[in-house]
Amino acid sequence: MAPWLIKRILGLCGGAGCLAALSILLSRNLETYYYLVLIQCGIAATLAVSLNLINGITGQFSIGHAGFYAVGAYVGAAWTVLWRPVLAHHLSFLEIGVPQGDILNLLIALVFGACAAGITGLIVGAPSLRLRGDYLAILTLGFGEVIRVILLNVDAVGGARGLSGIPTLVSSGDLAAFWVFGSLCLVTLLTRNLMQSSRGLSWLAVREDEIAAEAMGVDTTRVKVTAFVIGSMFAGAAGVLYAHFFTGISPDIFGMDVSIMITTMVVLAGTGSATGAILAGFVLTALPEVFRFLKDYRMLIFSVTLIVIMLTRPQGFLGNRELGFGTFARLWKRLRRSPAVSGNAE
Amino acid sequence: MEAPETFTSGIGQCRVSDLLVVDRVSRFFGGLAAVAGVSLHVDKGELVGLIGPNGAGKTTVFNLLTGVYAPNEGDISFMGRRLNGMRPSRVAASGIARTFQNIRLFPSLTVLQNVMVGAHIRARTGLMAAIAQSLGQRSEDARLRGECLSILERLDLDGLADEQSTSLPYGQQRRLEIARALATSPRLLLLDEPAAGMNPQEKADLMVLIQRLREDYDLTILLIEHDMRLVMGICERIYVLDYGQIIAEGNPEEISTNPEVIAAYLGTEVV
Repeated sequence: MAPWLIKRILGLCGGAGCLAALSILLSRNLETYYYLVLIQCGIAATLAVSLNLINGITGQFSIGHAGFYAVGAYVGAAWTVLWRPVLAHHLSFLEIGVPQGDILNLLIALVFGACAAGITGLIVGAPSLRLRGDYLAILTLGFGEVIRVILLNVDAVGGARGLSGIPTLVSSGDLAAFWVFGSLCLVTLLTRNLMQSSRGLSWLAVREDEIAAEAMGVDTTRVKVTAFVIGSMFAGAAGVLYAHFFTGISPDIFGMDVSIMITTMVVLAGTGSATGAILAGFVLTALPEVFRFLKDYRMLIFSVTLIVIMLTRPQGFLGNRELGFGTFARLWKRLRRSPAVSGNAE
Repeated sequence: MEAPETFTSGIGQCRVSDLLVVDRVSRFFGGLAAVAGVSLHVDKGELVGLIGPNGAGKTTVFNLLTGVYAPNEGDISFMGRRLNGMRPSRVAASGIARTFQNIRLFPSLTVLQNVMVGAHIRARTGLMAAIAQSLGQRSEDARLRGECLSILERLDLDGLADEQSTSLPYGQQRRLEIARALATSPRLLLLDEPAAGMNPQEKADLMVLIQRLREDYDLTILLIEHDMRLVMGICERIYVLDYGQIIAEGNPEEISTNPEVIAAYLGTEVV
C-alpha cells in the first residue's frame, strides 16, 4: 500500500478513536436533555453540510432535502425492523446466522439507507438538474412532498403512524455521538478535500457561471448530478442515525418545514462554507431550545432572530470562508496583541 | 512516401492543413436565420478575423463552433472530427477554447483559481482521488498550478494570482479570460471581441500579445473584432459576415477595398 494511503487510514483511525472516547465521555456525563439536543444538532449539521454540497458549492437551489433524509431513515429502519427478521427466518432453515451485533447491523442499515437515498438522488437529479433556479427549487420542493405523501400511504411502513420500536442501535455502547459526529466529520472532510483540489474548483465554477464552466470543459450536468447524489447519500445516512436513535419515525417528521430549515442553514452559513453550515446547523437547532422559556412565543422570537441575522450578516455567518485551525490561531494572535497595543497607547 | 494532401472527414474531402471546416452551416431562431449557410475554413497556424456589423451573427457562429447551439443545417469539423451536437465541454476537450464578448469570469474565485478551472480539463485523476487527496492527485494539482502560474506570467498577471478575479480592471479581466482559455491547452482559440472596452494603448498591447501567444503556444486563432485597426493589423485573412451570410473573404487589403463590405458597414446611397 502506498505510504500516503497508510497515513490517511491511520489518521482516520486515530480520529475515530478520539471521537469514540469523547462520545462515551459525553454520553455518561452529560445530562440527558443536553445530550439529546447535542445529537439533534449533530444530525442537523450533517444535513446542512450535505445540502451545502448541492446548494452552496454547485449552486443548485434544492429545497427538498428532507425527502432524501426520509428515504434514508425509512430504508434503514425497514432493514432493522422489517427485512432483517424475515431474512433471519429464511436463513434459519439453511442454518446460516443473520448478521448479529448492533454495530454491524447499524453499518448495514447505514449502507442501505445511504445507497437508497443516493439512488433516489440520481433518479430525481439526472432529469431535473437540467432546470435552473426557481424551476429546480419548485421541482425539489415537490419531490420532498411526494416522498412524504408516499410514506403516508404505504401501509407496509406504517402509513401515518410511521415505524416505531426501532432498536436504538446508535446508542449502543454509548457511541451515539460517535456515529452522528463521525458522519458529520466525514462529509465535512470530503467537502474540504474536494475544495482543495482542482476538481473541486470545477464544481465551484458550475455555481459561478455555468456557460463559462461548460466552455472550459467542465461537464456541468455530471458535476451537478454527482454533487446531488453525494449530498443525498449523507442526508440518507443522517436519516438512518435519526431513526436508530429516536426509535420512531413518521412521515410528518420529514415535512416541508424540515427541508426549508436545512436550506435556511445553508443560506445562513454563507455560500459554500462547510464549517459555516455546521455552525448554522448548531445555532438553528439549539436556538428554539434556548427560547423554550418563552413558551408559545418561542417560534415567533426564533423567526425574528433569523430575520435579524440575515439583515446584519447578509453574506451568512462565514461568507465564503472556512473555519480552521488557522482562523483560531489568527484570532488568538489578535486577542493577545490588542491589549499590548492599547497599553502602548497609554 | 509523401503525406496525403487530402483526407475524408465527416463532411467530405478536407485538406490536411485544415484545422476547422465549417460547411454550409445554418442556425434558425424561430423564423430568423441568425446564421444562413456559412462556410469557412481555418488552416493550422492561421490568424483569421471574423468581422461584420452588429447583429450580423458573429457570436452565433462562435456559439455554433463551441457547441452552445447545435446547427440546424450543415456540418462543422475540427481536426477531421464532426462537432455537430457535441456538448460544449466535449468541444473544449477536443481543443477549442474561447473567450466571451461580455466577460464571463468566475466572480468569487481568485485569478489563479479561474485559470485552474481551465487546466482541470487535463487532470487525469478522478473524484475519489480528490476526496482521498491521493499522492498522484496532489502532485498533478501541483503540476497544473505551476503551468497555470506560467500562463499568468506570460500574460503579465502573475502578481495578481491571489486577487479576486472581478476586482481586476477591465483590461486585465479580458487578459485573464485569455489565460483561462489557454489553460485548456487549445489548438484553436476563439476570441470574441478581445479589445472591447480597451483604450488605444491597451489595444496596441493586445495586438502584440495575441501575436506572441500564437507563436509561444503554437495556436490557431479566430477572432471577432470591431476595431478595424486591430483586425487589419494582425489578421492574415478576414471573413465578413452580414445578415448571417459571408459576403466577403480575403486579406486585409482586399477586404478594406471591397465595395460590398463598405456598403454593409456604411450603407449604400439611396438614389
